[in-house]
Amino acid sequence: MTDQPQLRVVLAKLGLDGHDRGIKVVARILRDAGMEVIYLGLRQTTASIVAAAEQEDADAIGLSMHNAGHMTLAPAMVAAIDEAELDTPVIVGGIVPEQDIQPLLDAGVAAVLGPGASAEEVAQTIRDAVANAD
Amino acid sequence: MAKAKRSIPELYEAARGGERRALGRLLTLVERGGPDADAVSELAHADSDGAHIVGITGAPGAGKSTLVGQLVTDLVEAGAKPAVLAVDPSSPLTGGAILGDRIRMDDIAEHGPAPGTQRPSTFIRSMATRGHSGGLALAVPLAVRLFDACGYDPVIVETVGVGQVEVDVVGAADTAVVVMTPGMGDAVQANKAGLLEVADVFVINKADRPGANDVRRDLDLMLDLSHMTGQESEHGYRPPIVMASALKGEGNVEVWKTVEDHRAHLRATGQETIRRQNRIRTEVRARLAQAMSNAAEAAMDGEGAAQLHRAETAEISPNEATNELLRQLLRES
Repeated sequence: MTDQPQLRVVLAKLGLDGHDRGIKVVARILRDAGMEVIYLGLRQTTASIVAAAEQEDADAIGLSMHNAGHMTLAPAMVAAIDEAELDTPVIVGGIVPEQDIQPLLDAGVAAVLGPGASAEEVAQTIRDAVANAD
Repeated sequence: MAKAKRSIPELYEAARGGERRALGRLLTLVERGGPDADAVSELAHADSDGAHIVGITGAPGAGKSTLVGQLVTDLVEAGAKPAVLAVDPSSPLTGGAILGDRIRMDDIAEHGPAPGTQRPSTFIRSMATRGHSGGLALAVPLAVRLFDACGYDPVIVETVGVGQVEVDVVGAADTAVVVMTPGMGDAVQANKAGLLEVADVFVINKADRPGANDVRRDLDLMLDLSHMTGQESEHGYRPPIVMASALKGEGNVEVWKTVEDHRAHLRATGQETIRRQNRIRTEVRARLAQAMSNAAEAAMDGEGAAQLHRAETAEISPNEATNELLRQLLRES
């Protein structure tokens, strides 16, 4: 264990999306990378995620998306974060077609992780997003 | 948008004014410990005013978080402003943790002030044990004090009843609730866990499952034994047993009523003051132990290194080295 402050990451699935195998894998990856994962799981709203981010003083929010709603939901999440005057970076993981990645980044999403990302890559992406947000 | 870093007193004022982001931030400082945590402690000490501290513990999967979710929902409905500190274990290997208590409380997690109303909102914070058991003993009382100072009452502390520190944390509450379930072994198991001794209220959760009445009977027998051996409290208090099914929303009202009854008992017998004094004694002891441990580490790295080396090379015994270091430490302070 290092002297680095322990990263706290809120993981959630936003809206109607029942595919939670991926988010459970990511939760385990982040734990094994030494992070504290506040696991919210299925069917969260932007309001419940903002509430968790505030109360848990989260360093990052990970959204798992497998329902093709990312172009609507992820920007809505970023807007809700801004509105709450938080600066928590939002990282999207899941099934996001290539052509959607840049628009998501333009909308304020900090990073997009696709299937096939290694455990190392997932953890490092979170660390980088937090470092850039500071 | 770049936000100026706020000082601890600024954050504290904002948190007292109801800003949850500021309170979240302060709790992080409390968790990390050190001088910042001490500064928060000093501020909160002046403003805390005796919130009812309720500890809830039990085996993993007993339904603690679900029960807490029900209790907090009821409390909010009744106009109270409860806070929850949910403690989960860190991985001893990586220091990481999956904090999954919030997921069981999700109905209440988003109870912000409803639009257009002044309804007080609750605050839930997950805390990982972070390996060093001493840290938990320091951080929990401080977090509780901070909640109290920010107007939260009651403050519910939930821990998994596995380690001594976790049990101690709950045992230091005004009211300690132990959640049990059918099918987890007989009362001998519960006796082993040391949970029986700290309980002020027993909840048998999942009471709709087979075996719930057996658990109740075993527990009652154990409590009879406590009576026989004189371990029952001198004020004639016998921990009540409440049957509940948290997931179905059954029994939660009675659980809270029993918790309140216990508080009334504490007050009527003057036990409340004694418990609070004990809690402070425990906290000071934990802080002292932490400070001594830090000093010991520093001594081993610093002036004591020579003595340590003599022990390492078998020139003197570990015992001699320890005594020599201890003499150094005490001279310094």
